[in-house]
Amino acid sequence: MYFDLTDEQQAIKATAKDFLASRFKSERIREIAASADGTDPDGWRQMAELGWTGLAVPEQWGGQGLGIVDLAVLFEEMGYALAPSPLFSNTIVALALSLCGSDEQRDRWLRPLASGEKRATPALWDAGSPATPGSYTMEARADGDAVVLDGEKVLVMDAAGADLFMVATADGRRHLVESGAEGVSVSEEESIDTTRRLSAVRLDGVRVAAEDTMPAAEADYYPGFFRLCVALAAESTGVAQRSLEMAVEYAKDRQQFGRPIGAYQAVSHRCAQMLLETENSRSAVYGAAWAADAEPDSLPLAASMAKAYASDVGWRVPNASIQVHGGIGFTWEHDLHFFLKRGRANAAMFGDAKWHRERVADAVLTRAAAPAAV
Amino acid sequence: MDLTLSPSEEEFRDEVRTWLEENHPGPEPEGNLDEIMAFRREWQGKLHAGGWAGISWPEAYGGRGATMIEQAIFVGEAARQEAPSPANVLGLAMGGPVVIAHGTDEQKQRYLEPILTGEEIWCQGFSEPESGSDLASLKTRAVKDGDEWVVTGQKVWTTFAQYAKWCMLVARTDPDAPKHQGLTYFLMDMEQEGVEAKPLVQITGEGEFNEVFMEEARIPEANVVGGVGNGWGVAITTLMNERAGLAFGAIAQIQNSLGRLAKLATEVRTNGGSAADDAYYRQRIAQLHIEAETMRLNAYRGLTKTMQSGIPGPEGSLGKWQWADINQGLTELALEIEGAYAPLGRGSEHAVAGGAWQYGFLRSRANSIEGGTTDILKNIIAERVLGLPRLR
Repeated sequence: MYFDLTDEQQAIKATAKDFLASRFKSERIREIAASADGTDPDGWRQMAELGWTGLAVPEQWGGQGLGIVDLAVLFEEMGYALAPSPLFSNTIVALALSLCGSDEQRDRWLRPLASGEKRATPALWDAGSPATPGSYTMEARADGDAVVLDGEKVLVMDAAGADLFMVATADGRRHLVESGAEGVSVSEEESIDTTRRLSAVRLDGVRVAAEDTMPAAEADYYPGFFRLCVALAAESTGVAQRSLEMAVEYAKDRQQFGRPIGAYQAVSHRCAQMLLETENSRSAVYGAAWAADAEPDSLPLAASMAKAYASDVGWRVPNASIQVHGGIGFTWEHDLHFFLKRGRANAAMFGDAKWHRERVADAVLTRAAAPAAV
Repeated sequence: MDLTLSPSEEEFRDEVRTWLEENHPGPEPEGNLDEIMAFRREWQGKLHAGGWAGISWPEAYGGRGATMIEQAIFVGEAARQEAPSPANVLGLAMGGPVVIAHGTDEQKQRYLEPILTGEEIWCQGFSEPESGSDLASLKTRAVKDGDEWVVTGQKVWTTFAQYAKWCMLVARTDPDAPKHQGLTYFLMDMEQEGVEAKPLVQITGEGEFNEVFMEEARIPEANVVGGVGNGWGVAITTLMNERAGLAFGAIAQIQNSLGRLAKLATEVRTNGGSAADDAYYRQRIAQLHIEAETMRLNAYRGLTKTMQSGIPGPEGSLGKWQWADINQGLTELALEIEGAYAPLGRGSEHAVAGGAWQYGFLRSRANSIEGGTTDILKNIIAERVLGLPRLR
């Protein structure tokens, strides 16, 4: 029994914290957020040099072969820094390829994704659909050995500058479509979170050769899905942690009625609540990350618990932090709104809190309805 | 990171599990406190004979010298199997550890063994009618008279005072000293003329707690623990001991309650289906499970930290706060699920689940008050964990 980071994981955390703090100062985040396509090629290159693009990719395919706890450590810091980076979307495709790709696909795509030479993002949800995990409507129309894709994918992260889309179809398969392929067009949406852009990707009669369709079925993607849920929950936990620290710092500093406002219980108790929620979220995340690495059977439930809890905390804690800040927290000039927006966007992605709670309910109520185990 | 038990810890858990299964005396009698206490005394005798009373105490003092993980395993397993509480729960969790930490050799010789056997029950005389959260403002006076102290005052919320032989009493010995410095920790004999315990009927209708009136009660000088004027420091150790052991029992107890809640939901009919099919209840049940899981994981993180630093940190306050929230939330949801039947309690023919949730709902109102109110815990967290300034 040892529930803390190892020395190696502490080192990953410290490196990430230092690098991200110097790389993503407020001015730089604002530049990227205000830029035309939201990309940061230099930042990407540096993350690749640090080995982050291949952190959880097996060494055999050019990655570092580390676990999901390590990945959670990294993404907690990414959230803490509010790094505008496609590292998350790229990691999703890398995880999917690691777990479900053919060796040829891994050789062709996973290697460059792990090295950061190429960049990929998932294109899962269809325009007009409820955009919940596992529910895809785009048909994979057979055309000889190949398939042809028609339709519009929405809520695609970091599409600008991506080399590859991993496209889901109604049959549960995933197809690797290059961004430059004929019939592919990208149009950016206006997400409230300008530090992680969302786009619609149109596929007009896009032909996918047989070797670019991954050999797995829908259920095979779930282990990767739950791992990415943990990474995203870790990111939201980092968002909450930073927002909490900003609130505490401000509450110590800001004077009203002759005292720091943090001396008033209306403020200090709000901060205590933020701490409780942030720590709970962290525990849920690392419990699930540990399960991913050591006890995969308990991952699905643990991951849903973590994603449900962190979905709420990721925006509620920044929200409470804005309240502690008062008027200044509502201004564009203050950075808090970026945290609120990232947290809220994260809450919506890859199953919102309600979707994951329903999975938890299903597990615990099914258990209750079954005859008592002896 | 490793959230599993080592082979030797697993072996310990199996030993605890088997022993409890073989010796579990069945459910406690309901209602009558005298019967409950008799039942718990007998249970403590069994625990002691089996070597399970005072498992956290050093072996030199008749304990088991269990590691923190072993203590967590024992408490968790006992709660999971719904083993009764030992009769002398305050003596085991607080009195013994305080005597071991601060007592003289004579005190250790005199008091420890009867705590373990349950022969002498202990109670705690800290809170007063005008000193609740602000404990250090307490007014009960102790005045030196030869080699005795003479005590006059009133204590309240004294659990099982009517059965107690000894009271861990904090009284003011120097009214002129700053409030935290004028206090002394005594062991007061409850069986004397100047002491009267009166049960305080609580909102469940029971009398777990008492008011204790002291009118020139006498305490020999030899019963001072930790030195005159050091009562605050000694009392704080006691409270830390109270909080440290509770988490894992509380978690197992919540997991049992969650199992019952799920069962209740599958059995109660609502809108043509069961409550377990109702999307609103499903969401809330799931949220309670998630919060209970975060509490369990927080406790593991806290245990790891305590094992590294040697002392429980102020983060323990988070767990107590969270326990109160979850336990109250559970019973509130259960009554909501029972719908129109929610008023029917124990003893009522048409009560759902025998009226157990009504009792739980009422009893759990105390959870955010007893052992440190949630409001005070938030202050502790704000000041000692977050470093926010004090208002006072």
